[in-house]
Amino acid sequence: MQTSEAKKVNYLSAQHTVASWLLTIDHKRIAILYLVSITVMFLIGGLMAAAIRAELLTPAGDLMGSDTYNKAFTLHGIVMVFFFLIPSIPATLGNFLVPLMIGAKDLAFPRINLLSWYIYMVGATIGIVATVTGGLDTGWTLYTPYSTAYATTNVVMPAIGLFITGFSSILTGLNFIVTIHKMRAPGMTWFRLPLFIWAQYATSIVMILATPVIAITVLMVAIDRGLGLGIFDPKAGGDPVLFQHLFWFYSHPAVYIMILPAMGVISEVIPCFSKKRIFGYNFIAASSLSIAIIGFFVWGHHLFTTPQSMYAAMAFSIITFAVAVPSAVKTFNWTATMYRGSVSFEAPMIYAFGFMGLFLVGGLTGLFLGALGLDLHVHDTYFVVAHFHYIMVGGAIMAYMAGLHFWWPKMTGRMYPEGPAKAAALLIFVGFNLTFFPQFLAGYAGMPRRYHYYPPEFQIFNVLSTAGSSILALGYLLPLGYLLWSLRYGRAAGRNPWGATGLEWMIDSPPSPHNFDETPVVTWEPYDYPDAHRRTAEHAASEAARV
Amino acid sequence: MSEIASRLQHHFANEEQQYDAATFGMWVFLVTEIMFFGGLLTAYVVYRTAYPEVFATASHHLNVYLGTFNTIVLIGSSLTMAMAVHSARLNQRQKLAVYLILTMILGSVFLGVKAYEYTHKWHEGLFPGNFFYAGPDAVHQRLFFSVYFALTGLHATHMIIGIGIMLVILRMSMKGRFDETWYTPVEITGLYWHFVDLVWIFLFPLLYLIQRHG
Ligand SMILES: [Cu+2]
Repeated sequence: MQTSEAKKVNYLSAQHTVASWLLTIDHKRIAILYLVSITVMFLIGGLMAAAIRAELLTPAGDLMGSDTYNKAFTLHGIVMVFFFLIPSIPATLGNFLVPLMIGAKDLAFPRINLLSWYIYMVGATIGIVATVTGGLDTGWTLYTPYSTAYATTNVVMPAIGLFITGFSSILTGLNFIVTIHKMRAPGMTWFRLPLFIWAQYATSIVMILATPVIAITVLMVAIDRGLGLGIFDPKAGGDPVLFQHLFWFYSHPAVYIMILPAMGVISEVIPCFSKKRIFGYNFIAASSLSIAIIGFFVWGHHLFTTPQSMYAAMAFSIITFAVAVPSAVKTFNWTATMYRGSVSFEAPMIYAFGFMGLFLVGGLTGLFLGALGLDLHVHDTYFVVAHFHYIMVGGAIMAYMAGLHFWWPKMTGRMYPEGPAKAAALLIFVGFNLTFFPQFLAGYAGMPRRYHYYPPEFQIFNVLSTAGSSILALGYLLPLGYLLWSLRYGRAAGRNPWGATGLEWMIDSPPSPHNFDETPVVTWEPYDYPDAHRRTAEHAASEAARV
Repeated sequence: MSEIASRLQHHFANEEQQYDAATFGMWVFLVTEIMFFGGLLTAYVVYRTAYPEVFATASHHLNVYLGTFNTIVLIGSSLTMAMAVHSARLNQRQKLAVYLILTMILGSVFLGVKAYEYTHKWHEGLFPGNFFYAGPDAVHQRLFFSVYFALTGLHATHMIIGIGIMLVILRMSMKGRFDETWYTPVEITGLYWHFVDLVWIFLFPLLYLIQRHG
């Protein structure tokens, strides 16, 4: 039925028109649409970071005034959190891999998947346009009553942009949950799922439960600005702290929207480059779910300095410590996986090592901040800034880079050049630590965040930090160059360049538009290293036999 | 034959899987919706706990007769919606159209009454953005109306969207898209509509019936 000529058609080469991209319902193409869009967002957010670091090189405010600086860090925060990190792994790697890994032809709702990308684009465009036409200076947290009553900048438009973008996240989560429940191939039982899928599933739960709360909250802020609704207005008896509760009810779990998929990537990369079955599969799967669930009950640790009841604060503190346990379970399991494995150091693995180190520092300093006493000391200082950058950049982006390199051969059919990739991974690791470790020290010494000038005794930390950020920037620009280069000149990847397990590695690279010629029947356990190559060869042979 | 084939989207193994995915998807969406309203209901709980007396007084500005009337209208629309789904199951196209139109009419009656109530509140100076009511504890009464307009406004928006979806379903039905083996869109629209009704069943006592017994 199929000629060998037709067999070579893959999802990239199937059609070439612009419309075939903009109207595609193929999850793999939508993943690419997201990949391109969030890369643009990353560059915008990165540009703002560069502006911030340049300003902070000297104690005086010489490049910009307070107002401009406030707008710069607000734009940096909003773009990086809402338009880059939240969609990063789920919308790109998740979109691409969830159907492939469970043996499905697509997500359950392909058109809703495309819709989510358009919603994202509309929300992000509104957000960006808003910053061009006046900017926003509230910080990414949009705290009331400053945002509703006193800010002179444009609050309504970005708030509406965030409201809209939230729906793209909800639809992605909904799509993943239904897909993972209903679209698994025969034999793909829950405990044969790759851990990346478990991570996406846990993430999706957070997306559908937490996102609607921030959506309605920012909508109330927008309506308050526009129509004087006043739900959070203290002049009307409203409670600004209620806003903080609702905001963090989303924004703490939002960290898990970023870090759970990251952990999923690491759980795939480490066994592959250790050539060893993952240690403690059940524990890693369960820890994803428990992080998602416990993560819903810790938001109050952002409110230790508000008039929150002391007993509530104690409970939030204890639960914050508790959520560290499943994270530690994962870290120990990854380490145990490598023990006596045949560890090799390709770029994805270097990123994975980077992730483990940086996530460890980020997680442990999170415990500092979850402690009631210490939090008062370092609250609103650079210690907090350093902590969440270790999680969001050192954790989430390192894993995103690991995943991007790991599955790049599958997505494009080409290998990236290993040398530059290793160099970039090392540059990012060194640059990152040089940028953010001094911020722990500055913060601990009392440097407050969100000021464009500071006492001269903090300059040494800021000089180190700015120097580090230029190395970091170089580290991020390098992949942009060599990954694009590899599209044309990279070596052909073949089905399974890493000898990895997982259904996605048994099919062609890049996959055909409908993923599987024949729905696979799964009869084996996940991570059955080192048998992966054999499985791929068998599948290729059976595909050839069908022709 | 070709119609059935075209209804089964390429990525599903069979119609059962397709149906399961669609209904499960709607249930997941409704969970999201609960959290959506949940944010505002939290505000309601916090403020009512803080100002119980004020909420009771402010609640008496609402017209409980119109509220009751609307509750009955909406429960009626749930019934006609259920009948619509039932007719779809039996492939009674005529009846499906009648019940869908009835549901839309009832929904519109509800929205009409709501619009009347809103204008009335506006003229009384009880709209938060146009607040000139000067009774006792007016500042905190305003807070009640902030929550009232946010909750009922969000609910009304859901109803408008629901009526829009029903228009699409009606068109699909008139084009003969449904039969007894496939009427999933009617069914999940029904789920959505029942949910919107259910939200009102909570909102009505929470907003209109505070300390009415006294
Ligand atoms: Cu937190």
